[in-house]
Amino acid sequence: MLTIATGNKAVAAAAKAAEPGVIAAYPITPQTEIVEQIAEYINAGDLASQYILVESEHSAMAACIGASVGGVRTFTATSSHGLLYMHEMVHWAAGARLPIVMANVNRALGPGWNTWAEHTDAFSQRDTGWLQVFVSTVQEAYDATLMAFKIAEDERVLLPVMVNLDGFTLSHIMQSLETVEIGDFLPPYHLPHAIDTENPCVYGPMTGPNDHFRFRWDIERSMRDARGVIAEVEREFAERFGRSYAPTEDYRCDDADVIVIAMGTLGKEAEVAVDRLRDDGIRAGSMRLRWFRPFPDLDLAGREVVVIDRDYSFGFGGVIAGSVRAKTGIEPYSVIAGLGGQEVTYNDIAGFVRDRRPGEETWFGVNEDV
Amino acid sequence: MTNIVKRSVSILSAIPKEEYLLKCTSACAGCSSSLCLRYVLKAAGPDSVLVVPACCTSVLQGIYPGTAMNVPVYNIAFAAAAACASGMSDAFAKLGKKTNVIVYAGDGGTVDIGIQALSGAFERGTNFLYICYDNEAYGNTGMQRSGSTPLGARTTTTPGGKLTAKKDLDRIVEAHNPPYMATACSAYPLDLYKKVKKALSIPGPKFIHILAPCPPGWRYPSEKTVEMGKLAVKTGMWVLYEREFGKLAISGPSRAAMRRPAPLEEYIGGQGRFKNMSPEILDEMRHQVERSIRRLASEEAGAC
Amino acid sequence: MYEIRIHSRGGQGGVTAARLLALAAFRDGKYATACPFYGAERRGAPVVSFVRIDAEPIKIYSQIHEPDLVIVLDTSIMDVVDVLQGLKGDGTVLLNSAHPLEGCGASCLHVDLTGIALARDLVIAGSPILNTPVLGALAKMGIVTLPSVQEAIREMFTDERNVQAAEAAYGGLKV
Repeated sequence: MLTIATGNKAVAAAAKAAEPGVIAAYPITPQTEIVEQIAEYINAGDLASQYILVESEHSAMAACIGASVGGVRTFTATSSHGLLYMHEMVHWAAGARLPIVMANVNRALGPGWNTWAEHTDAFSQRDTGWLQVFVSTVQEAYDATLMAFKIAEDERVLLPVMVNLDGFTLSHIMQSLETVEIGDFLPPYHLPHAIDTENPCVYGPMTGPNDHFRFRWDIERSMRDARGVIAEVEREFAERFGRSYAPTEDYRCDDADVIVIAMGTLGKEAEVAVDRLRDDGIRAGSMRLRWFRPFPDLDLAGREVVVIDRDYSFGFGGVIAGSVRAKTGIEPYSVIAGLGGQEVTYNDIAGFVRDRRPGEETWFGVNEDV
Repeated sequence: MTNIVKRSVSILSAIPKEEYLLKCTSACAGCSSSLCLRYVLKAAGPDSVLVVPACCTSVLQGIYPGTAMNVPVYNIAFAAAAACASGMSDAFAKLGKKTNVIVYAGDGGTVDIGIQALSGAFERGTNFLYICYDNEAYGNTGMQRSGSTPLGARTTTTPGGKLTAKKDLDRIVEAHNPPYMATACSAYPLDLYKKVKKALSIPGPKFIHILAPCPPGWRYPSEKTVEMGKLAVKTGMWVLYEREFGKLAISGPSRAAMRRPAPLEEYIGGQGRFKNMSPEILDEMRHQVERSIRRLASEEAGAC
Repeated sequence: MYEIRIHSRGGQGGVTAARLLALAAFRDGKYATACPFYGAERRGAPVVSFVRIDAEPIKIYSQIHEPDLVIVLDTSIMDVVDVLQGLKGDGTVLLNSAHPLEGCGASCLHVDLTGIALARDLVIAGSPILNTPVLGALAKMGIVTLPSVQEAIREMFTDERNVQAAEAAYGGLKV
């Protein structure tokens, strides 16, 4: 069905289509619309999930863990401080190999209170063992959430997936949305290690160094296998529903001399900047990083690179700039921009490319004159 | 008197022979919480799942890949037991399973770090049984004080004795109006068995608070574990009761003890943690016991 | 691309107006985005919303700095906010006003949305509903079609008086 919706409503619609057995969530700006929309679905009888309105995000993830290992598909949504508050359980969910799907509406962290977009919340969960995808349109929020269930529940993966969308900029924008009849796209939930009282097992008891180490390697092995599973699922999604996705969305990159790397809505806005730069004879391209974990292979050989980080790792640098440098050996021009919802236009992005200084770092609007 | 003994024996023989806690735990010698767990699981039977936050029970299960447990056990982080059980209970409801979901948590994971999740799960009406086995300190980290540590008790973080009273967990839980809640003590396994049975027959959130004496933590000889529990009840330091839909019923052993409590010194004197306690603290403790007995007795008599 | 900036006060329905407009444009077969600029949401405080309409998918998420059209749902805002900021040279202003106002350029239109709402008793929490009648005015200006406006309003509201108010604004606006 073709309609118009916000990013939040698209996520809720995808969660509804996946028919989770249990949804546990706690409201937080700017994610709240997801929690409310799910409540509306359930109240109207359009969704038969057990809906646990928990008293905190820590409990939201704990409840998802209990439900997931109990044998049903689970979903939750959060943002910013909510994500940080559940951090302990975020690690637990991955370590317990539970295919939980969570939408995270990216928002800055306090102090002071700022409810606008920033990627620091998601990146603070970088090493938890979750797959993370960043979306840039309402449609992609829907599609990625649906695919997240299939990827997470694949027996070669069995890791949770976080779907990230920019707070307000995407969560509250209205764009067109085509919902689909998912048919058998999602197979029935099957967790090989679900609790079975006929075959009693102990989960997560005291574990010595050798076994612990092996379990951690198992996570990494699945994370590596996830690349192939993601590709398979995205291919199947394209065949069934006609919309194609890849680990990066490359725009006019083929003959580009300089490539802008960004994530989320800034990654989409960068395409407009590329068009403007091309009009001025600058051969620019845009590479929007969709998957953050597993981190995609980037083919940037022979190009100059401008990375826009809507995040910062204090005492180190932009997280994506650092990742690009580590993965490709290229010294990018690192632009820190958009923190706390800072307005960044396509003209600004075009300016980053024009004024690029490879190997240097700039905080847009803060120290560019220094 | 003769009749009472006969009835007890007949019920004791009705306790299933099946063991769900096998004889290979890594519990301390004289551990009363593992004793309780044995009876809890006998009452609950094989179609049960234990949800266990960080506590002594995380340790006594044994080390992977071995286990002393013969029912599924889901180990979860310290603050998360009630919430995890909440999700599991709803998953089973969704799947049409009648499996018992039982949280088995220590006092730290209940009265301190886990109390938010506990309160939330009870407020939501989660169908589960939450059991707090209370050894009155953080046991598996080596006996630091918890909110459940009694006044005057020495722990590794209160070397001079705790200056504040034990948190009244039961009145906190009671404020959630659960359909069933009870206290129990490791020294009265039959009483515990019956309470678990009854709790699991009632839908909704149920709560059992077990006093579980701890030889290394309370500093008494391992073989005195049962005696220590009996003394707690006989002195009125610990009162056994049930509360069904709010209505209080004092359990047999405490009924006698409340009429004529044994001297508090019999309980205090046998435990190294109360050594060198000042007379003032002892007096205050005595007042606490009296107040608690008076409150419960008058409530049961319908006086409040 | 046609870019619209809506000025209103919190609680006057500017955000819903933006969403309705995007929906109507979408029903016309165009691409549209509506994004309110969220601050601390306080009733009565000046707020701004953005709508973009185009024949192609819209990739821009930043605010609209050079609008083609500025809509002012509450002209008292003009005392505190420069609503004309960045307006394109050939841009238009649409005011909720019974009378023309001085100093807002050549292509300044006005329609009495408040009067239209009050005449139909379209009042919520003491405030006249402006977000549905304004859609009629926008249809008259040719930004969206009247049938799409009617359809969009019916998708979001059950009270038929909202459609009638839009039709009244369509009839009342002189272009």
